[in-house]
Amino acid sequence: MPQKQIYALPNIVSPANPVIFNPDICNGCNTCVEVCQIDVFIPNPEKGKPPVILHPDECWYGGCCVNHCPLPGAISFNWPVQQRAYWKDKATGKVLRDSQ
Amino acid sequence: MTKWNDLLEKNGKVPPWPYPIRYDEEHEIDTDILVIGGGIAGCWAAISAARNGVKVAMVEKADTIRSGSGGPGCDHWCVTPANPHSKVDPDDWAKRLVEHPVHAGQPPTEPLPLAYSNGIGTQIQCREDFDTLLELEQMGGKIRDVDDEYVGAEGRYDDTKFMFSPRMSPNHATEVTIRVWGTTFKPALKKECQRLGVKIYDRVMVTSLLTEGGVQGAKVVGATGFNDRNGEFMVFKSKAAVLATAGNSSLWFLNTELAGYNTFPNSRTKCGDGMSMAWKAGAELTLMEQTGMHMIGTGLKHTWYGGSGDASFENLQQVDAHGKKLPWPLQGWPDGGDMRPSPEGMQKIIQGIKDGTYALPFYGDFPAMPDIERRVTWELMLGEESTTKNITNSYEKAGFNPAKHLLMNFLLMEGNGPANWRTSGAGGLTVDWDLKSSLDGLYVAGGQMFAAGDHSYAASTGRYAGRKAAAYVKQTGESKISRDQVTLEKARIYAPIKRSDGVDWKELHAGIARAMQYFCSEYKTGLLLNMGLDALKEIEEVFVPRLYALDPHKLMRSIEDLCLLTHGQIVLNASLARQASSRPLNFFRIDYPEVDPPDWNKFITVKLENNKVKTGEMPLNYWGDMKTNYEARNKDYTGVYKGK
Ligand SMILES: Cc1cc2nc3c(=O)[nH]c(=O)nc-3n(C[C@H](O)[C@H](O)[C@H](O)COP(=O)(O)OP(=O)(O)OC[C@H]3O[C@@H](n4cnc5c(N)ncnc54)[C@H](O)[C@@H]3O)c2cc1C
Ligand code: SF4
Ligand code: SF4
Repeated sequence: MPQKQIYALPNIVSPANPVIFNPDICNGCNTCVEVCQIDVFIPNPEKGKPPVILHPDECWYGGCCVNHCPLPGAISFNWPVQQRAYWKDKATGKVLRDSQ
Repeated sequence: MTKWNDLLEKNGKVPPWPYPIRYDEEHEIDTDILVIGGGIAGCWAAISAARNGVKVAMVEKADTIRSGSGGPGCDHWCVTPANPHSKVDPDDWAKRLVEHPVHAGQPPTEPLPLAYSNGIGTQIQCREDFDTLLELEQMGGKIRDVDDEYVGAEGRYDDTKFMFSPRMSPNHATEVTIRVWGTTFKPALKKECQRLGVKIYDRVMVTSLLTEGGVQGAKVVGATGFNDRNGEFMVFKSKAAVLATAGNSSLWFLNTELAGYNTFPNSRTKCGDGMSMAWKAGAELTLMEQTGMHMIGTGLKHTWYGGSGDASFENLQQVDAHGKKLPWPLQGWPDGGDMRPSPEGMQKIIQGIKDGTYALPFYGDFPAMPDIERRVTWELMLGEESTTKNITNSYEKAGFNPAKHLLMNFLLMEGNGPANWRTSGAGGLTVDWDLKSSLDGLYVAGGQMFAAGDHSYAASTGRYAGRKAAAYVKQTGESKISRDQVTLEKARIYAPIKRSDGVDWKELHAGIARAMQYFCSEYKTGLLLNMGLDALKEIEEVFVPRLYALDPHKLMRSIEDLCLLTHGQIVLNASLARQASSRPLNFFRIDYPEVDPPDWNKFITVKLENNKVKTGEMPLNYWGDMKTNYEARNKDYTGVYKGK
């Protein structure tokens, strides 16, 4: 099995992905970088690529980045596992969860 | 490839800081009015000052376009007794709100025995809030159902297309709260500021107020700050300043990683900055001993709005696991939008859980709602509230359909937060009828003042403070800044970047929060409170000199910690000064157990004089007759903006 390089990294701060970028849609316009209250992102050093998530631990989960993005689908909100909601189907009584 | 460590793996090196570093540069800005904080109150202050013909600079830690608690949105414009459908008189309504300051739910018909309100801000809100809303519409904010999306919804008036919320309007008795499309507000405000020529300094954190001759208690003549991306130092010289950085969200919060979950009612950017700088400049504050119980967030609990039952879930019946209706308010027209059961009602529900009458978990029964009301609650209210668009979007994506699904209510499953995880209460600067603080040249708006209200309160008081500050500027002379004061502040701010090891901002934040949790929580005594002051002093003397920041962003977080530290000291001093317990202040002293003894029904004020804490007091209605005093000072008020 070809080995990928293993680095000595500290634990990655978590939850690490308050949002998920779709690199096929995102054009790297950095609007989300600018509207974020917290500076969770920085522009990608490579122009035209999705921003880099630098401070996920500080995210306020206000969603301005997602709601202000001009390209639908380029960025989507991602609740940390412990914050995902539950609901119940009225017809079947089955309890469901946000488990995308 | 979107996390920093992905880049590390890809390139074998850490990405460089993306912004040019300018720690050595200093920029001086000269303005008539300096607005500190570009949130709701700040933007309104800037707009109204600019419309009154003075030069305005506004400084915002984030980007004004979406900054602050109201940045993402707002669904309730709460206090508009002057709207054409209102059934109450604005002055009567102001009085009623001051007597029982309930901003959500049905107000009791009898005055509360004791209320710590802000009669000045409330009177301004009741008189000018509707004009403010109409000006927002002029700027492009959406305030009515112009697209006829909700024809037939209860509370919609077909002539004006205003949509009313049941909040504080049992069976349409008042019609004072308007449903609005608040996601449109902040961009409209920023655009109007730009159109009026307000100079906006985004990503600049203000760190201190400058006073005449650098003297504590003297006239405010400007402020210092730094750019939180490139580190550049900024000096602002002004004839008057409006302080609008709101309150503090995290003084008792140990966990910085999950701070984001503290989504209500404060943005993560609020760390008591304004309180701390005003205190050091010698301004007077009050209600600083009050705390709130921590309702949500910090990852300890499910996020506010994440489950049914919170503020925007109007007209939604709560049911138990078997579909039995709970005696929980509908948050609808019959109960005037009441959000929570009464304390007795809550005890009954809890008892019912224990004896099996009500089976957990509880749910909000969306499918039982009439279609139009369901759409109003799910699409309009939750869509516009603020952080809630995430909720509607992501739940729908995951398959949630309100026509078919009941949403779980997490409130009772989790119970209340532990008592040591508190929110800071309604403390803030004292103000006079011009919304001027105790310092000359310093005006105050929104959540920055004591006992402040909500979004529309911030908007209308911001608009008022901007107008009054502009009038002041026209009759005051040039300011002079003390270079010594600037030099000292610059040294304080840059100290953490001179170190590359020691204590980082997260560790310091938790250290401060822990001291507050130990020494200023549920059980308060003079001994504990004094130990708290000692603990914070030790942090200041031992650990602050070890604080290090590797880049301008971490420097901002570090300076926020220093604000938290000062805020903690103010709270402890105010807590020592109140030698009585008080229910409305959520303030209980073991050594002074009597609750709300009449002698202590007053505001306790604190301020620094020659760096010594000075306490004082004011009667609970220090503002006098609200209607008379408002009218005496606003004879020249011209109503809704008619300029270009
Ligand atoms: C999720 C949520 C939903 C809400 N929904 C409603 C609603 O529907 N109706 C309602 O009436 N109210 C609502 N509120 C409350 C409302 O948003 C606030 O009352 C209002 O925003 C307060 O305005 P403000 O200007 O005082 O503070 P903010 O709008 O928070 O503005 C303060 C600003 O100061 C900036 N700042 C802080 N420190 C510094 C510094 N050192 N230097 C420079 N800038 C600084 C901050 O970045 C921020 O932009 C909601 C709040 C939240 C969080
Ligand atoms: S996610 Fe959207 S806003 Fe952000 S860079 Fe990509 S396209 Fe621009
Ligand atoms: S949710 Fe808010 S805080 Fe988090 S990344 Fe998006 S804009 Fe920034």
